[in-house]
Amino acid sequence: MGIRFILMVNKQGQTRLAQYYEWLTLEERRALEGEIVRKCLARNEQQCSFVEHRNYKIVYRRYASLFFLVGVDNDENELAILEFIHLLVETMDRHFGNVCELDIMFHLEKAHFMLEEMVMNGCIVETSKANILTPVQLLEKT
Amino acid sequence: MSGPSLMDSLFQRTLEDLIKGLRQQLIGEQAFISKALEEIRKEIKSTDLSTKSTALLKLCYLSNLHFHDMSFAAFHALEVLSSPRFSHKKIAYHAISLSFHDSTPVLLLITNHLRKDLTSTNEFEVSLSLQCLSRIANVDLARDLTPEVFTLLSSNKLYVRKRAVAVVLRVFEKYPDSVRVCFKRLVENLENYDPQILSAVVGVFSELACKDPRSYLPLAPEFYKILVDSKSNWISIKVLKIFAKLAPLEPRLANRVVEPICDLMRKTGAKSLLFECVRTVVTSFSEYESAVRLAVGKIREFLVDEDPNLKYLGLHALSIVASKHLWVVSENKEVVIKSLSDPDPNIKIESLRLVMAMVSEHNVAEISKVLVNYALKSDPLFCNEILGSILSTCSRNVYEIIVDFDWYVSLLGEMSRIPHCQMGEEIENQLIDIGLRVKDVRLELVRVARDLLIDPALLGNSFLHRVLSAAAWVSGEYVEFSRNPLELMEALLQPRTSLLPPSIMAIYIQSAFKVLVFCLHTCFVRGGSTAGVSASASYESFDDLSVENGAGSTVAHGQTCTSAPITNESIVNLLKLVELALSPLLGSHDVEVQERARNLLGFVDLIKLEALNSSGQEENDSEQKGVEATKIIRLVHDAFSKELGPVSLSAQGKVPVPDGLTLNENLGDLETICSDIELPSSNTFSFGYPSEEKDVSSFSNLQIKEDSGQSNESTSLLAEHRKRHGLYYLPSGKSEVISNDYPPANDPALQGDNNDTASDLVKLTAESLVPKRKPNHSKPRPVVVKLDEADEKPVAVKHPESRDDSLSGAVRDILFGSEDILPTSSRSNLPSSNRKGKEKQHMITQVESKENVVGDGNSSSRRRKDHSHAKERRHRKKNAEERNETDRKEKESSSNHPRRHKSRQRAVEPLKVPPQTSVIPDFLL
Repeated sequence: MGIRFILMVNKQGQTRLAQYYEWLTLEERRALEGEIVRKCLARNEQQCSFVEHRNYKIVYRRYASLFFLVGVDNDENELAILEFIHLLVETMDRHFGNVCELDIMFHLEKAHFMLEEMVMNGCIVETSKANILTPVQLLEKT
Repeated sequence: MSGPSLMDSLFQRTLEDLIKGLRQQLIGEQAFISKALEEIRKEIKSTDLSTKSTALLKLCYLSNLHFHDMSFAAFHALEVLSSPRFSHKKIAYHAISLSFHDSTPVLLLITNHLRKDLTSTNEFEVSLSLQCLSRIANVDLARDLTPEVFTLLSSNKLYVRKRAVAVVLRVFEKYPDSVRVCFKRLVENLENYDPQILSAVVGVFSELACKDPRSYLPLAPEFYKILVDSKSNWISIKVLKIFAKLAPLEPRLANRVVEPICDLMRKTGAKSLLFECVRTVVTSFSEYESAVRLAVGKIREFLVDEDPNLKYLGLHALSIVASKHLWVVSENKEVVIKSLSDPDPNIKIESLRLVMAMVSEHNVAEISKVLVNYALKSDPLFCNEILGSILSTCSRNVYEIIVDFDWYVSLLGEMSRIPHCQMGEEIENQLIDIGLRVKDVRLELVRVARDLLIDPALLGNSFLHRVLSAAAWVSGEYVEFSRNPLELMEALLQPRTSLLPPSIMAIYIQSAFKVLVFCLHTCFVRGGSTAGVSASASYESFDDLSVENGAGSTVAHGQTCTSAPITNESIVNLLKLVELALSPLLGSHDVEVQERARNLLGFVDLIKLEALNSSGQEENDSEQKGVEATKIIRLVHDAFSKELGPVSLSAQGKVPVPDGLTLNENLGDLETICSDIELPSSNTFSFGYPSEEKDVSSFSNLQIKEDSGQSNESTSLLAEHRKRHGLYYLPSGKSEVISNDYPPANDPALQGDNNDTASDLVKLTAESLVPKRKPNHSKPRPVVVKLDEADEKPVAVKHPESRDDSLSGAVRDILFGSEDILPTSSRSNLPSSNRKGKEKQHMITQVESKENVVGDGNSSSRRRKDHSHAKERRHRKKNAEERNETDRKEKESSSNHPRRHKSRQRAVEPLKVPPQTSVIPDFLL
């Protein structure tokens, strides 16, 4: 499976984007997000970005007021996932121009679309910013 | 409800309006959302597709971020999906991937939509539907859309092809037979040099190889090429993951790959790739000394890095190495121990694991001492983490590493006094377990228990109640080792026991009962009624103190361990104390407490009348009346002195099955299903008694212990011998007269400064990792009762999931088939040495039929490959049936040892089958 889910959460712990690659019921999701947010948001800058949770790992990174949390299998490469998060942020930066929480809130569908370009079925399929953004921009024109 | 009017659609709120409204929070979030949902429910019924799709979009938003159910819109999503406009389609696909799952009822209706879009000329439509398929595919969808996916796998649009590759993983997983159709094209994509395709296809293979690496060995040359040529770190990481799985299976492959990996490790500048190389080497190439050394060098760089991420990963890598190369940990012990006080709890826990990995028989006392001091200073969470790992490490394999049990028992006592300690349950289990297993330690155990019981402050800590219940039980059960039973009695009946929960209160009362009986027995039966005789429980006597001779034969032994004399007056006081303390409990609401209190009081009444009246009166009379009392006391004492022992895991199996009881009724057909799981003995069931949970879990580890068992046995024999012929031994630390002056657990130098613990620990581990026999164990390791018969635990053989099984089976058929090798049955990786002999005679008769079956399956799959795409769909069903039949037949004969099979087949038709092992290196050349 590789990546199990990708979450974007703001400082207050509100979910701003949630993408799951395995089916969870709403209740399971609510519980999961609550637990993860409690665990990760309590940590500070000096602590490492990896948290073990249940039987998998969460790799997270904070950008301004937004936390990017990625749940991965235990043997996934943590540093590569950190790079992936950074790539995601850079891609959105390039598209929105200095991306912020509001951009994601108001263009949730587009953010999902970008993610879909990058990750499929839990596997990272695309890592080139240009390749990711071409279809996004094409669709914007239509 | 009528549909929305035109006005409604005209003034429909867009998603943006919805978000803005949510942010303004004029009427509160919940109220606003429910109002919005109401609107959406109305709008989604609209016949106008734009209105409908906007409603769907809003619903997606609310479902995704505010957890609102959107299953009611499933059918509407399908309606929007049929819209000719791309923007509508996009919204519909988004909604479907978010909300559909295997049990969505309208899932069946989506097949045709997907098929239409998969064959569309618009690559974005194709991509959307592939994306959707990767999220929602179930067995039916995977089966029905396999041909379309197959076509797209060789699409000339890269954008589409990479998605088709990624979706294959889900299709294979849901419908393994699709492997026969798609696998070849998937492999062809492996030879593609476009990085987009390559990264997708390598990702798929790395997931597939995780589940069943053996099937993908024939593809090793392709992976090798990618590893050497790859420019992209993403791809390299994935390929490394594949090799980490493949290398342990085939040593020649490992030989071949280890050098390129080391090259990569030396050259790369990317930390992620570097770490992946390190991890690959330490997990799968740990026999290659030079590679490991290189990796360890890199790990050290990680460990000293400022970045907490790298530090964490370094520690993590160390813990992987630790299992095979402990020297690596000791080389880096300074860093590891310094990390125990890192600000990050995750790093602390990793380093704690490593410190525990360094623990051995020789340093366990020292390391535990230092860690307990760490625990005193840490926050509650980490404190308990430390205590937990000490407890689990020390109790591993029935206390394998503990030599000095007296020390360990007092450590348990010390640990329970740590303010944050919440490990009461585990400590309770171990105290009782040790009491049952290790006879020699009971004296110390009772002393520790007494110290715990006598402290009224401990009763206020609810986490300690479990420990106290163990202490109470121990001091009741082994009261003969107590120095002062009277004091014990007072401790057990102190007023603050009212703070205990009833279940533990009941244990207290029962223990008080035992103590009382012991006192009475010592006073009246053993010592006679002469005042002032100190009751004695000889230390030596416990070994043969049994129901038969417990009554009085031991009085002769002079060594006493009870310092306070038990006199008639003290008995009178004791009885008064019991009455005073327990009479209020007669009204307890808890039946257990009430009943036990009543028992004890009844007993007291009985004794008081008979025995105590006599105490001050003339001899004749007392003897007359005393006889009755003595009888009672003796009776009860005998009842209590029967010893409780650990129970073997296989004890149940020794009970003969009564006539007329059929145990395997209705379970007969399980035999065929689990025929390849052979339990070591046919009936090893365990009924763990509540108090013996500990035993059960530790017994399951016994198997690993076999080698160390040898040395234990010799020491225990020595101990036995010394005990029996103590006369001929020179006096040693363990003399008959029990003294408490065991060699201190710590070196004197360490006792002083607990502040600078880190450096101490460094020193300690440095000393202890040198494998020397410490001569300072003045006494041999005491006997630890183990149940030899329980050595064999039921081996939990993981039964591979049938789905995975059929998937890998299919992959093997394709891969090995294409190389003209007979398919290895996927079951061959289940070792089955214990059935080999038994099945030998069946084998020969079954080989014939098996050969036919395999031959058929093979030819059918090969035939299939020649089919054109259109034909395939027609034949698929038939082939699936064939395959099923093959499967079934294979299963029937699967109790044969597959390897043997193959060798036999080779003998029959040698020209067709080159031996499998020689094939792999050929691939690599």
